Amino acid sequence: MATDTLSNQGHAHGHDHDHHDDHHDTAGTKIFGFWVYLMSDLVIFGSLFATYAVLLRGTAGGPTPGEIFDLPLILISTFLLLISSFTYGMAVLAMNAGRVVQVQKWLIITFLLGAGFIGLELYEFQHLIHEGFGPDRSGFLSAFFTLVGTHGLHVTFGLIWILVMLIQLKKQGLTEVTRPRIMCLSLFWHFLDIVWICVFSFVYLMGVL
Amino acid sequence: MSDSHASHDHSHGSVKSYVIGLILSIVLTIIPFGAVMAGSFDTAVTLLIIVTTAVAQVLVQLVLFMHMNTKADEGWNFMSFVFTVAILVLVIGGSLWIMKNLHLNMMIG
Repeated sequence: MATDTLSNQGHAHGHDHDHHDDHHDTAGTKIFGFWVYLMSDLVIFGSLFATYAVLLRGTAGGPTPGEIFDLPLILISTFLLLISSFTYGMAVLAMNAGRVVQVQKWLIITFLLGAGFIGLELYEFQHLIHEGFGPDRSGFLSAFFTLVGTHGLHVTFGLIWILVMLIQLKKQGLTEVTRPRIMCLSLFWHFLDIVWICVFSFVYLMGVL
Repeated sequence: MSDSHASHDHSHGSVKSYVIGLILSIVLTIIPFGAVMAGSFDTAVTLLIIVTTAVAQVLVQLVLFMHMNTKADEGWNFMSFVFTVAILVLVIGGSLWIMKNLHLNMMIG
């Protein structure tokens, strides 16, 4: 009986060890898989950028890019998203240090900055549509709303994901399950900031030029 | 184990690397916005400024925020990125090239 228990324990221990290694590998595989998803998402954005570039001159008598873009507003949204990328980085550092309360604080700050970005984008879209420059006005505006709207939709899903992580952190804390999710969301959030760099450079700045 | 932990921490950056990334990104954002809003440069020069700062900022964020390097996951992260960039060059470059020829041949736009 005693030996059984011992061997069982030995087995359990060995199993635990394997299990731990498995988890480590699983986390790495999950994050790499998510990276591959991001790469495919990048192809989607690339196609939308190509569409926008092709339709840029198709204004159909409607407004040209230079007439409708409000650069100071875009500069503010750019800074909101950029700083939110930084605050998410702080959340990841807090996670590595094992400080769950700090992670939650940084995630909330990131959420508020992201929500501010989406708020400004909705204001811009609403303003344009109100002026009669909706996506149905011209090929250029269709491509513009599709490209910028797809990015905004991604940020919105990122915001929902942050909320879900806040709930999971509150219920489960930092575990083998929640850590890889926070890392994947980190990649997602930084990725959206990188796509936004291309949006403000190639759509807004070049449009006004 | 301790080795893998060390590289783990390294690949996730430090406060310093994030602050450097943030400052570089702010500078690389203000430069093109300033150049366009001031409007004191040639169009070609401003275009060059926008493209250069955009590429620089993307690289800054890929390395300092997303910690992309050629070693993680035996380089598979990096290889998949290079492959995606190749696809993007084909899709975007090809679209522009074809449409430009089409515009010229059809005498539209």
